[in-house]
Amino acid sequence: MQHTSEHFVQNSRIALADAQLKPVLGAVTTFLPALRQKAIDQTPEFEALRDYAVAMKDHVLDHLETYLADFERAVQARGGAVHHAAGAEDLNRIVLALCAGADVRKVIKGKSMVGEETNLNDALQGAGLEVLETDLGEYIIQQAGEPPSHIIGPALHKSKAQVAELFRQKHDLGERNLDDVPQMVREARQMLRERFLSADAGITGANALVAENGSIMLVTNEGNGDLCSILPRLHIVIAGIEKLVPTVEDASALHRVLCRSATGQITSAYTTFYSGPRRAEEPDGPVAFHVILLDNGRRAMRAGKYRSMLRCIRCGACLNHCPVYRHVGGHAYGWVYPGPMGSVLTPLMTGLERAVELPNACTACGRCEETCPMRIPLPEHLRQLRDDAATAGITPRAWRLGIGAAMTAFRWPWLYRASSGLARSAVAFLGRHPGVLRRVPVLRGWAQGRALPAPQAETFMGRWQRRQHGKSGEHRL
Amino acid sequence: MSTSAPARPRVALFVSCLVNVFRPTVAEAAIALLEQAGCEVDVPPGQSCCGQPGYNAGAIAAARPLAQNLIRCFEDYDYVVAPTGSCTGMIVEHYPRLLAQTPGWHERAVALAARTFELTHFLHTVMGFVPAPCKGTASVSYHDSCAGLRELGIRQQPRALLAHAGVQVQEMQGTEICCGFGGAFCAKLPAISTAMADEKLANAVASGATTLAGGDLGCLLHLEGRAAVTGISLEFRHVAEVLADAHVAGHARDTAPDVGAGHARDTAAPVAPPQPSLNVHLGSEPG
Repeated sequence: MQHTSEHFVQNSRIALADAQLKPVLGAVTTFLPALRQKAIDQTPEFEALRDYAVAMKDHVLDHLETYLADFERAVQARGGAVHHAAGAEDLNRIVLALCAGADVRKVIKGKSMVGEETNLNDALQGAGLEVLETDLGEYIIQQAGEPPSHIIGPALHKSKAQVAELFRQKHDLGERNLDDVPQMVREARQMLRERFLSADAGITGANALVAENGSIMLVTNEGNGDLCSILPRLHIVIAGIEKLVPTVEDASALHRVLCRSATGQITSAYTTFYSGPRRAEEPDGPVAFHVILLDNGRRAMRAGKYRSMLRCIRCGACLNHCPVYRHVGGHAYGWVYPGPMGSVLTPLMTGLERAVELPNACTACGRCEETCPMRIPLPEHLRQLRDDAATAGITPRAWRLGIGAAMTAFRWPWLYRASSGLARSAVAFLGRHPGVLRRVPVLRGWAQGRALPAPQAETFMGRWQRRQHGKSGEHRL
Repeated sequence: MSTSAPARPRVALFVSCLVNVFRPTVAEAAIALLEQAGCEVDVPPGQSCCGQPGYNAGAIAAARPLAQNLIRCFEDYDYVVAPTGSCTGMIVEHYPRLLAQTPGWHERAVALAARTFELTHFLHTVMGFVPAPCKGTASVSYHDSCAGLRELGIRQQPRALLAHAGVQVQEMQGTEICCGFGGAFCAKLPAISTAMADEKLANAVASGATTLAGGDLGCLLHLEGRAAVTGISLEFRHVAEVLADAHVAGHARDTAPDVGAGHARDTAAPVAPPQPSLNVHLGSEPG
């Protein structure tokens, strides 16, 4: 997908002006948090589960290469193969080589954020392959030619009416009633069914890679992932290296945390463990089974101060609870991952200079960290990224100089008091002259859509000091 | 957190930049309330900014000397109290982290963090303060600021104090959702910031309240500035001002009251008898 994170400000203005988007986002970021809360209220051990999941993931990150080797051996023992992709293009190249080797023409896909990360669909189509997304949300946005706006609900930005209109455009099925959701789901299913049966290869993501037995846990609510993995003769799993867990027990713990955090479900409608190609005694399943593990900046992340970001299980809770996401939606962020987790991942994966506004798209309200099942300190990471941007000189000069000057002046209390007095007078003046305020760097943002409330007659410290001096005078008398 | 307070604790008031520059009456109200709660209040002149603007806006290292300054300034007091959740959160939550690698300072940061409180939390939980009934019964809704709510667990304390003062809080929808101030955020991304303010203001108006009270002036100024442009008529007041109204005759908002001189105190103050305001003094000067 096209990377537009550097235009976050313009993107967000477009989103804010979108009258159809506003109610959809408002509803999504209200009902998903409510569903999550309800599920957690029914799970008294939820905090302990979180602690377990965090400790388990940290342990895996401490011993990543060991578990990767275990996983690879286990997959091979079951007749599968593991491939390592350093970057996006490497992953796409490996997929293309596997498809070419198996004479694949038609590919069906389950939902995968790694596939979005590497722009896999474009690479496959560029090589002349036919690719069809089978997750309903992904199917909708593929038909619309749009990128996903949410990591678990790619088409959450679309209203019912917009989807009906899209289906009428894309499906040549004549006059029909498309007023309710079940009708649309039936229609999508009808369009997909035949394609499932004729596909040569299926590509899915993974929610967990189990090191002890080489199984892949996949969580869906539509069962499309299972059809992608069972029906075609080639099954390719694509996943980030951080998806590793030591045992099936650990995958199960992660599953409990994931479903509750993502959709407020106790369990997803479909949870499957894929364990290699079809065996001699089995009636179905793929003939060949390949797992491609993507790095794409993850090992570098692991080595530095953003390591805890690799705990992320892509549940989307931080998006659903982010007040900024609530108003601008996923597309404004301009790349695969939106919201708080995306504002950390995008700069780390694609370069801070291309995404310098994303760490600013945060009020430090802390709701993401509060709800993150993996307790990732997202506001702290975003704060650190702003610091990195200033250190690298990418932050606008006026901001750097302004903040730097204030922080230096405030080291001396007398200078703080003096500058507070000046600031008070300046604020009083600017409040009366908004035309001037609109021309002052840094402060002019305030003037956009806001008046500057008038300060009182004197600073507190000034008033206080004067009064104390008066008092000392009285004492001397 | 429950701490057993000394009989008459020495409290340093941390004024905060926005209160200092925009609304000194909030600090005056805080002093009045702390005194009524039985504290000896001091306003150390060595205080400056807590460093939060730099810390959050790409100048983490530049916040360190400011943190050290406040620690030096405040560490000899029994308590530090601030009429803001955000700056208190900076001291309580972030100073220990900011100074984790600075030899000799981490312990001092941790020690100060343990004695630093947001005003309503301190009054309600530490001092067990019960304010007297409010003179005028304003219809008030309460805005939870994010740092107070999530870093410090401030939610029930201001509501309890208001309830004691006879102020019925009319709760609005979405109290846990940010108002869009966010420090530098409000100036960096004004369009998103004001969209968030509009939602908050609509919820506040829908609550039926005529006054929106809160514990952080940043949020209140941002909302007030937005309301002025969109024509929403709400009164925006710091909770300290609302509570102090329970004790002073008249409305202390825009005219600076002379603390201690003009306050007709309610003699029914329950925890401690009213103290003469001469106990409020600057630094170590004699009161």
